[in-house]
Amino acid sequence: MHDWLNEHGDFLYRFALARLRDPHLAEDVVQETFLAAIKSPDFAGQSAPRTWLTGILKHKIIDVMRKNVREIAASDLMSDEDASMDEFFDETGHWAEKPLAWDMPENALEQKQFLGILQSCMEKLPAKLAQLFLMRDVHETDNEEICKELNISTTNAWVMLYRARMGLRKCLEINWLGA
Amino acid sequence: MLDCKQSSQLISQSLDRSLTLRERFALQLHLIICEYCKRFSQQVQTLRVAIRTMVDSVEKNNSIEMPSTTKKRIAHSIERQVIEANRTQP
Repeated sequence: MHDWLNEHGDFLYRFALARLRDPHLAEDVVQETFLAAIKSPDFAGQSAPRTWLTGILKHKIIDVMRKNVREIAASDLMSDEDASMDEFFDETGHWAEKPLAWDMPENALEQKQFLGILQSCMEKLPAKLAQLFLMRDVHETDNEEICKELNISTTNAWVMLYRARMGLRKCLEINWLGA
Repeated sequence: MLDCKQSSQLISQSLDRSLTLRERFALQLHLIICEYCKRFSQQVQTLRVAIRTMVDSVEKNNSIEMPSTTKKRIAHSIERQVIEANRTQP
């Protein structure tokens, strides 16, 4: 098991960090993963430990996200949906500020800057909204599964994802194009 | 006719579910006349690509390592676990 820790520990840590974006949470889920692995009856016969450990880790990560997003489901999420979107649209339903034309830069250096700004925009979003967005748009969880896991209705998920996207694009527009 | 607010909601949802035929039609009609919603649509797709690139860039960045103190802590707790398991086994 110690060999596994040396061989796969950093990989698992990066995997978790990329999704949870919090070093402490990432460390915790990696620890839990190893402890769960050692207790598992499947432990001895693993021929592809990294894949197996990653599978356990994914569940641990979703557990953390579920816990986090549930907190929001009860509070912020249910607040008046239209009211919070008022800043984006005028009373006739038109864009209050017209979206600008932009795209992810192809040049590596610019792309790095762009991703840096995106990262800081993610940090400005309510943490749980950002996590739901990550869960959804990082491909491994489909919508229905998220809703089942988080015990929220699909309608709520759409509203939350919409808000996350609106917030992010606005933030990028200000900080990427405004810079 | 959809307004931009409704249209932007449908654009976002189109990434999360299949729109109905009626919704798709209404949205397409709006996008023909609305440059801003077309931009919004491109933006949310760019966001999706960017977020995946961002996750990849952390995941594949070999210079990011788990802090050594954490590794030690995990190694210790693994050991404790093994000792305990041996104790409880007759």
